[in-house]
Amino acid sequence: MANVSLERITKIYNNDFEAVHQIDLEIADGEFMVLVGPSGCGKTTVLRMVAGLEEITSGILRIGDRVVNNLSPKDRDIAMVFQNYALYPHMTVGENIGFGLKMRKLGKDEIQRKVRDATAILGLDDWIDRKPGQLSGGQRQRVAMGRAIVRDPSVFLMDEPLSNLDAKLRVHMRAEVSRIQRRLGAPTMYVTHDQTEAMTMGDRVAVLLSGNVQQCDAPQNLYDHPDNLFVAAFIGSPSMNLYEAHFADDGTRLLLGSQSLSLPERIRAARPGLAAYSGRKIIIGLRPEHLPLAGPVDDQVLCGDVDLVEALGSELLVHFTIDAQRVRAEAADEEEEDQFAGRGAGVARVDPRLPIKPGDAVRFAVDVDRMQFFDPATTKAIWA
Amino acid sequence: MLASDRRLGYALVAPTVIVLVVITGYPLAYNLWNSFHHYVVTSGQPATFNGLANYARLFHGQSFLPALENTAGFTVVSVVLETAIGLALALALNRPFRGRGAVRAAVFIPWAVPTVVSGMLWKSMFDPQQGFVNYVLRVLHLPGGHVTWLANTGTAWGAILVADAWRNTPFMAILLLAGLQVIPSEIYEAARIDGATAWQSFRRITLPMLKPALMVALIFRTLSAFLIYDVVYAMTSGGPGSSTDVLSYLDWRAFLVQSDFGYGGAVAVFLIIVCLAIAAAYVRAFRVETVR
Repeated sequence: MANVSLERITKIYNNDFEAVHQIDLEIADGEFMVLVGPSGCGKTTVLRMVAGLEEITSGILRIGDRVVNNLSPKDRDIAMVFQNYALYPHMTVGENIGFGLKMRKLGKDEIQRKVRDATAILGLDDWIDRKPGQLSGGQRQRVAMGRAIVRDPSVFLMDEPLSNLDAKLRVHMRAEVSRIQRRLGAPTMYVTHDQTEAMTMGDRVAVLLSGNVQQCDAPQNLYDHPDNLFVAAFIGSPSMNLYEAHFADDGTRLLLGSQSLSLPERIRAARPGLAAYSGRKIIIGLRPEHLPLAGPVDDQVLCGDVDLVEALGSELLVHFTIDAQRVRAEAADEEEEDQFAGRGAGVARVDPRLPIKPGDAVRFAVDVDRMQFFDPATTKAIWA
Repeated sequence: MLASDRRLGYALVAPTVIVLVVITGYPLAYNLWNSFHHYVVTSGQPATFNGLANYARLFHGQSFLPALENTAGFTVVSVVLETAIGLALALALNRPFRGRGAVRAAVFIPWAVPTVVSGMLWKSMFDPQQGFVNYVLRVLHLPGGHVTWLANTGTAWGAILVADAWRNTPFMAILLLAGLQVIPSEIYEAARIDGATAWQSFRRITLPMLKPALMVALIFRTLSAFLIYDVVYAMTSGGPGSSTDVLSYLDWRAFLVQSDFGYGGAVAVFLIIVCLAIAAAYVRAFRVETVR
């Protein structure tokens, strides 16, 4: 077991494209580190560099105390689970799992014992003589896991291992992979584009964009305290509602289109940085769950027109429009962005039993203490 | 399935079946019929039934068995040679390098040359006086610069093998390259992480996964090597003496020189049976492994 350390790791391809830019990451022993980001953010490239499948252009990669930049994959003591599983189709489940041990010249009995242990952990005992073509997607996924765990490596690398499974199985395997990782205790780097996977599985999550780590933190901290607009928009589903607002000259009121919110003294005191934005534009962020329906006594209120209601049983997602300008974060979840990309679109998560219908005009109570602020130019969060 | 669907199905395949029967079934049957008759077309005599006499002539005559031996030897050597070189070529062409597309196209050019043309080409290349081969050997002061390649049994076979390999190795390479390209690169990466060396991943991943393509390529190559005719015709006409005679060339002579449709038919039936046996043997040998 060992920790993994990436120090100013950079990848520049032959065509001068810089896929990864001076990334620093520390994965502690036993830690489950998720790399998450949109397509092309460099997350898979980082993983492949750690695996030794991709050359590191510059920077230092350590596994334990060893610098492994120039070691071949087999000498790095790592195991990897591939997105498409990359099972050997002509070998049985047992041969697939035992292949790495065979290449390492272990004895037949020892291989058999270890393969049995792995298949027992993964519930593959009955399938050991089948070929991958005879297995379901979930079973193949397990075989790929089995091939990784049987070698008892220092580090696990997983490249979107659950993305080929159907939704229900994915939820199940999420828990399963976490369970196995905890049981084996090896540090794990897990690449995904799915922020739900990132949030639910990671001890820490590194959010990547354009080859840079935007923020690396525990999932709840990412959610509660995003460093910038991109992380704010990327983490959380539905996304954070982001609007362009105008700060009144005296710094006490925020103007959103034709509506306004007042900013109490305690918030201004807690975030002195906001004073600099008096009379200027600022971006505000509101999580969907921080927009409950307003009661008669609420005074911090935004009015919106309901476009669509999604009843999920446990909650009601209300898609609405206000007349403020919505802000799009670069490369945030595009599908979700485009669905209601209209001017001032937003989502509120409310009590599922409320009788809200499309076409209603609704008043949302704004939890100003949970409101987040971002600089429109730098997109950095304003916390202090 | 409904009865009307079934009738429609039969109706739809009927034209193909009829065409196949006419253009394949009829000649086969006619040839088989000939092989049981004494029938020399130019004699003006009608065909007379003579049982297995033509087949007996195969094994008691002087030319058939030596030609069979030559054909079998050539088939084994040329298929092994062309498979080995073709596989090496395919592996090389499957790796990424600058200008790969152009190199791939260039490698496949010989295959586009008609076999008789490539035979003539190589005949002139092996010409002792004007030939390119001896010229190069002489210029480089290598031994063999004055050998009359096509006039000696051993060297004539060598020359035929070279010409055949030049023409047909690209075909092997095309089929094997197609087989290599369907192996996902992730599988090789998984093998690297599993600790396989280049040789181990060739032996344990590439070869087994290449089996379906290899089987198709081997069936095609082996059958066409066994039926070799045009290269021999163009380069040596079976000579010197009958030392490079092969079955198809012998059969051609039986039909078109001697007009002996009975004997020629028997040789043809023998060739067909051997070809079917070869194909069946390959399918059997590979079948177990290719079941998924």
